[in-house]
This record gives sequence, structure tokens and C-alpha cells, in this order.
Amino acid sequence: MAELFGSRIARLEDPALLRGVARYVDDISLPGMLHAAFVRSPFGHARIGSVDASAALALEGVHAVYAMDDIRPHLVNERLVVGLPSPSYRQNRDRPALADGEVVYVGEPVAVVVADSRYLAEDAAALVDVEYDPLPAVADCRAALEDGAPPVHLDAKHNLLAEFDMGFGDVAAAFARAPHVFRESIWIHRGGSHSIECRGGVAAYEAAEDLITYRVSTQMPHSALRTICEMLGRDENQLRVVAPEIGGGFGPKLVVYPEDVTLCIATMKLGRPVKWIEDRREHFVATTQERDQYWEVEIAVDGEAKILGIRGAMIHDHGAYTARGVNLAYNSGESLGLAYNVPAYALNIRLALTNKMPVTPVRGAGHPQATFTMERLMDRVGRELGIDRAEVRRRNLIPGADMPYEKPLKTRGGMGVLLDSGDYPACQQSVMDRLGWADFAARQDAARAEGRYIGIGLGNYVKGTGRGPFEAVTVRIGPSGRIHVYTGGVAIGQGTRTMLATLVADQLGGDMANITVTAGDTATISLGIGTSNSRLAVQAGSTAHAAAIKVREKALKVAAHMLEASEDDLEIVGSEIRVKGVTDMKVTLSQVANAVAGTPGYALPGGIEPGMEAEEHLVLDVMPYASGTAGAVVEVDAETGAVRILEYALGHDSGRIINPLIVDGQVLGGTAHGIGNALYEWMGYDADANPVTTNLAEYLLVGAAEMPNVQILHHESPSPLNPIGVKGVGECGVVPAPSAIISAIEDALTPFGVRLAGTPVTPAQIVAAIRAAPAGG
Amino acid sequence: MGETRKIALTVNGKRYAEEVEVRMHLGDFLRQQLGLTGTHLGCEHGVCGACTVLVDGVSARSCLMLAVQADGRELLTVEGIAPNEEELHPLQEAFRDNHGLQCGFCTPGMLTTLIEFLGDNPDPTEREVREAISGNLCRCTGYQGIVAAALDAAQRLKALKQA
Ligand code: FES
Ligand code: FES
Repeated sequence: MAELFGSRIARLEDPALLRGVARYVDDISLPGMLHAAFVRSPFGHARIGSVDASAALALEGVHAVYAMDDIRPHLVNERLVVGLPSPSYRQNRDRPALADGEVVYVGEPVAVVVADSRYLAEDAAALVDVEYDPLPAVADCRAALEDGAPPVHLDAKHNLLAEFDMGFGDVAAAFARAPHVFRESIWIHRGGSHSIECRGGVAAYEAAEDLITYRVSTQMPHSALRTICEMLGRDENQLRVVAPEIGGGFGPKLVVYPEDVTLCIATMKLGRPVKWIEDRREHFVATTQERDQYWEVEIAVDGEAKILGIRGAMIHDHGAYTARGVNLAYNSGESLGLAYNVPAYALNIRLALTNKMPVTPVRGAGHPQATFTMERLMDRVGRELGIDRAEVRRRNLIPGADMPYEKPLKTRGGMGVLLDSGDYPACQQSVMDRLGWADFAARQDAARAEGRYIGIGLGNYVKGTGRGPFEAVTVRIGPSGRIHVYTGGVAIGQGTRTMLATLVADQLGGDMANITVTAGDTATISLGIGTSNSRLAVQAGSTAHAAAIKVREKALKVAAHMLEASEDDLEIVGSEIRVKGVTDMKVTLSQVANAVAGTPGYALPGGIEPGMEAEEHLVLDVMPYASGTAGAVVEVDAETGAVRILEYALGHDSGRIINPLIVDGQVLGGTAHGIGNALYEWMGYDADANPVTTNLAEYLLVGAAEMPNVQILHHESPSPLNPIGVKGVGECGVVPAPSAIISAIEDALTPFGVRLAGTPVTPAQIVAAIRAAPAGG
Repeated sequence: MGETRKIALTVNGKRYAEEVEVRMHLGDFLRQQLGLTGTHLGCEHGVCGACTVLVDGVSARSCLMLAVQADGRELLTVEGIAPNEEELHPLQEAFRDNHGLQCGFCTPGMLTTLIEFLGDNPDPTEREVREAISGNLCRCTGYQGIVAAALDAAQRLKALKQA
């Protein structure tokens, strides 16, 4: 049978989305449904006194206003305990369900208003009178760790949330014998995920069944279910969490939020469905963000630019609460220099509390920061030693012949770091060839002669993907003959349904139109981890493949019995199982499924197990590492600081490709996000921790006019770590983009001697850097 | 409910007479009152373009227009683009074939914007397409698939016209 695996198949998801009939959370409307709006802190830090809701409640159509004291009786656990385990925590800072006596960032939810309409709820929210006693706030994570810094939480002695060291090898010896040591101070600024759909949820309580159904824009329904049940003291069969169509996730939708818990309580108290939809301005202060980090790093190299060691310290902005844990900073520390041969490494990492939005993964999750830091170091070495930047990289990249290559590191879960496959130098070379690296100097000179500043830059990355331990998948042939696939993973726009249907169809008749995929409904599958860390193709894909093989074997066995034929002579074509070459000897999938559905008192055919289904939880602990190289050619207007990306190429290796259409789309979307991180996205806070960019005119997302046409160069090194040889792809594009672009800008501005050490770089910063540079204007 | 007013309008060829709150914006009206939830709201401050609909053939941000302002107008929303239940519009086909959508949230605004644009400019360059959708934000696709889809749709529409 011709394999669907590897073909450019148009997605199953598309027709409903293109017709506007897909159902996102805000499209859900239930009988008797009420609407919620949240009262949020206007201060970075304040004590809360009384919450007076009388004026709000006096408005016609307002049903309730709840603050922490009102929902407390319904909570057996008042905090969202969601931090991933780590021995490095110095204090617990779990979020309360609603602010409890104190607010610690602008936007922290203090109370919820429930009314007949969203318009009314917002009117009433403005009338809720909260007594605030403002306190000093801290916005900068470096300042937060200084002695005498204002505490982020009233009861805190300091703002150190966690601290740990990572590394291997004899760093002191490496630096002691190194002929060259270079030091860099690198910063990466905070941004948001900004899925075009904001967050939202509809909670509906049915008293007769004592069941809350919570439809929510989440990437992880099963973990939301566990957290909410724990807090409300409910059994898992008293809550169903469903992810409807999701309008993009990019990380922040993977955690459970105070609003989720509050809505579930509100629907129980009111006995009516309650909907809350975050608006965009709210998204800036209500949904988690990422990326603030400050690195002080040194690299030791020999005279040939070979790395001898890397050491340093990094401060990571954790925000005001623990919404996910130490994972981002850990990822950063783990991935610094992953693509290269690094004999010795030592990094001290401190996570600082600040009076800002808590952080969680945003597409890339700690990797873009580490990659940027490492690639800045590579450029520095090249410049100092007078060796081509690409050559410096080539000499240090782990060669293809050394794969698989074990790094002396552990993931946060204690798994080994095994670079499973790939040819990093070949990938870099492909990008250099595509962009004309070898001849670029001549091109640059010619441009300079015309008064134009063009530059070229590279960024290499290696990204752990497909984080385990498993993803649950059920494959079932129903009595109708239709094939149903259920998974705990969630479709957030990345084509999960098409991906799973492709893998299942390859085993079960090849007709994708006969497959329905249900992703992210806790009522349909008991286990599930969800969508994060570029994991679904690896985890759910491998597992769907395994489950489909089991169902196939079973179906063939039953069909063989029914047709009195040998299993080896059978094939599944569309909805039929037939004897090869004998067209009228066949049974349908429906007949096969019915045969094992059971008839009271009669034996099952062939003594087979009941039900034409298999649920699998393949355990894949070791992560496959995707890799690649981004290359950018930019033109910088030295007068205005404007940067135009003239060419952009991404050499990319995420193992075997299930569907090139989808993989290209993931790479391109990630690249756009990375270009945004490099040049546009700046989530600003003032010194008092007031956010200063709270709409999409102040916080810039990259648009179609700014995007170059990205050239993708695929390399396919199968991963030996899973049965289908794939690696994750969702975050790959974002990771190397800032490295390549900032490097290219610096290269363009070589005549001025401009040095760039952070992202994003705005036109104003470029102009200032040119003026401040040794040969500046 | 606040002050209301009666309006009459046509949406996707169907006539509606409705009483609306005067402060309700057109996007909410289409979604909540008419149940046409295909039009999406991504920012409600006029930047993202997800809410774009055509009002008398001209693109408008339904979050920046009040429902009462649509009185007497003829609207096209994403639900009205496909010719029937079975077939998609050539632009929709092109979006599917070129992977011009991922999560689909920006898609309704992209489609309506491009319908207007391709009507005005049936043979656009890539740069013109990029400019045309520069007021529509997409966080998923990096725009490349959308641009390819628009250029492909222009060819499909031209071929149809010639046929
Ligand atoms: S919702 Fe109207 S422009 Fe964003
Ligand atoms: S497809 Fe998701 S925002 Fe455009």
C-alpha cells in the first residue's frame, strides 16, 4: 500500500476552519449562560483591604461578585500547586485562586463579576471598589536579587525563588590553560505568546449529575482536571475538561489559571453556565509570558578557536508566582552550547521573583535565550581571533560521524541528554551555500560602495523535543466501520488530527476521510499529558502508530476467521478487508467490529478479545533532539536604524517528516515568532512594574510585510528513539532566528564597530549603538 | 439592557431585522445575536484584523464599528464565502492547498480581506499581497502559506473567468 506518511496531504481540519463553522471556546453558547469579567490589580504590589461590591451588585443584570473570601469555602486547597518538581526551590510561591490579602503583579485577579452579558459584567467590574495600599514593587530581576530590594511578597525575606548549578568537566583547569578567554554580558527581553485567540473558558455545572463540564482553551486538559479537582475537592468523575478548537497556544495555554478555578466555582454557586473570554488588553496582564534573562558568560578557546570551556551565571525572571517551575531556566542551562563540543561547562542559575506576570513556556521555552547567548559567543571568538564566524562554528559543531552523542548532562527529569542523530556541520553548510556565504564579503563591499549596509549572520541550534514520558492514544473501529482516534494531546493549530489520521490510515485502509480524531477531551481518554515541548508527533504520533498496528492485527485475525483465509493473504483497502487478488472475498471494517462487539451467549470469533480497539501509552523517555541552522541577510539603514531582512534560510532537521506541508508551516510560524523576538516584541514594564505595552499597537507582532520569504532546507535524519523516526518541530523555527538576525545586523554595521548584546533590537537602539560605537556617526 | 434601536441589514444574502443595544459592536452583534461565530475577535482594538468583514463590499473591522452603523448595509462574513455546502470558494481551496492556515483563528479576516483585494487587483505581485494583508495578524503561519494561497487563488480565479 502506498504510504501516506511523508506526503503533502491537505489537512482534515481545514474545511470547517475555512467556512467559519469550527467551534472555538468563545463560539460556545449554552442555555442560561452568564458572563464573567475579572477585577484585576492596578498595582505591581499592594496590600488589599476591603472589597466592596455593593455598587456593582446594584446594577440590574449582575448576579454575583466573588472575591477570595467568597470562594474560599469551596476550596480544599487555596493555591494552584503546579510547579514541576525540583530540589532547587528556596521558597514556594504558588498562585492563590484569587488574590488573598495582597496583589503582587498588575493584572492579578482580585474578584470576578458575573452578569447577564459581558458588557454588563465589565460595567460592574469597574464599580467594584477594592481598597489598595500600594507597596514598593520590583520589576528588574537583577535588582530583585540585590540586598535591600523590596520583597515581591510581603512575607518574603528575599526574592530568590530557586538556585542551582549545572555543568561538567574541569572548568577551572580549562580556563587556566586557555590562551584566550572572552566575556560577554547578554540579555534577552520578555515577550508574550499572543495566540490570536486569547484565553477563555465556559464552565457548566449540572446538579443532577453533580458534574462540571469545563470547556477551556487549554493545551493540557488532563492536568487542568487534576489541579481543579484537587482544589475543589472533587473526584475526577465530577469534572470533565474539554479543549474545543484552539486558536493557537504557543505555551501559556498549557498551565491552569486562577480564572479556571474561579469559573468552576462560580457555575456551582450560581447553577448556571458561566463564560469568560479574555480580551487582548487583558491578555497582556493575565496570560503568562517569558524570556527575561541576563547572562554573564565567559568562553575559553584555544588558538584554533576550539572551545575549551564555558562558565558563567544567569539570572532568570520568574515573575511573581510559580506557574510552571524552574523548567525554563533549566532548559536554558541545559541547552547552552548543545550543538557544539564543549569539554567543560559550569553555570550558576538564579531565578528571581519580580512583581511581574508569572512566566511559563512561550514557544521555545528557554532555548532561544541560551542559543542567542552561545551564538553571540561564537561570533565574538571569530572576531577576536580573526577567523570566519562560520568556520569557528564548523570547528566546534559535533560532527555527524559522532552521532549518537551523549552529553554529560541530565534533563530536568533526570533523563540523559543524547543527541540522537543529525549532521550539524552539513546543515550549516547547506545554509551557507544557499545564502552565498563564501562570496558575501564582495557583495557587502559593493553595497557599502553605494552607501548601503548589508550583513549576514548564522545561528545554530539543537532543541530537545517530544518530551515524555508518554501520550495516550486510543484507536477504535466502531460498529459503523468508522475509525475513531482519541488522544490526551490537544490540537492547537498544528495539524494534530491530520498527523494522527495519517499514521492510523497507513495501517487501517488508507482512507483518512474515514477517521475521526478527538483530541483533548478528558471524558474520552483517562490519561493524557497534552501539548507542549514540540511533543505530539513524537509521543502521540508514535503511540497512534503502535495502537493502529494492534488494531490492524486484531482486525486481520477476525477477518481471517470470518473469511476462512490466512491473515497473510489479507489486505485492508478503504473500509474493507479482502483477500488479495480475490475481489469478492471480503468483509467490511463494520462487520469485523460488530463481530467482536459480542452477542449474548455466543462465543467471539477466533477466541479474540472483545472490542476492535487498542489504547496505548508508549513510554518514550529519552528526547529526540531536532537541530538546524538559521541564516539571515539583512540591510540596515544607518540613519533610521531600520532593519530589512533581505534573505532568510533555515536548514532544519526534525527527523522523518510525516507531512511536509505541516512541517513547513510549523517552521515558518516559529521563524516569524523568532523574527519578532529579534526585532519587534518588547513587553515593557516601568520601574514600578506597571506594564507599558498593553495593546497590539504598542507591542508589535511581525506582519506579512516585514516577513521575508523563508527558504527551508530540509535534512531528514531519522531518530532512532521512536518507531516512526520523528522529532518535534513546533518550536524549531523560533530558537535560532534572533541569533542569526542580530549577528547579521552587527555584521552589516562592522564599519561602525557596533556591538549588540540583546534582543529585541529596535531601530532607536541601533541608532544609539551607531552613535556610541568607536567609529560611530 | 441599555438603549436599543431597530436595524435591518443583509448578511450573506439573508435579511435580518433586529433590535440591538446601541453600544454593541458589529463583531459581537454578528457573533452573539446572529450566531455567526465565524467572525473572530482577536484584539477588539482594531489592530489584528481577525474581525474583518465586508460591508457593501468594502473591508471593515467589525470590532471598530457599531452594529447600528450596519443598518441598511449588505455584509459578507466568512460563512458566506463558499458557494454551497459541498464546495469551497477558490480562495478557500487555495488556502487549504497552500497551508494558508493553522489554528484558523485569523483566517476569516484573511479571507474577507483577500476577497476584496483580489477583486480590486486580480493579478497581484507577492509584495502587493503582503501589503494587502499587512493589517491582519497571524501568529501561526509566518504568512508564507497565506501569501502563496493568495497568489494561487488569483490564478484560479483568472482561469475561472476565462473559462
Ligand atoms: S478584533 Fe477587530 S481588529 Fe482585532
Ligand atoms: S492560523 Fe493561527 S493565527 Fe493565523
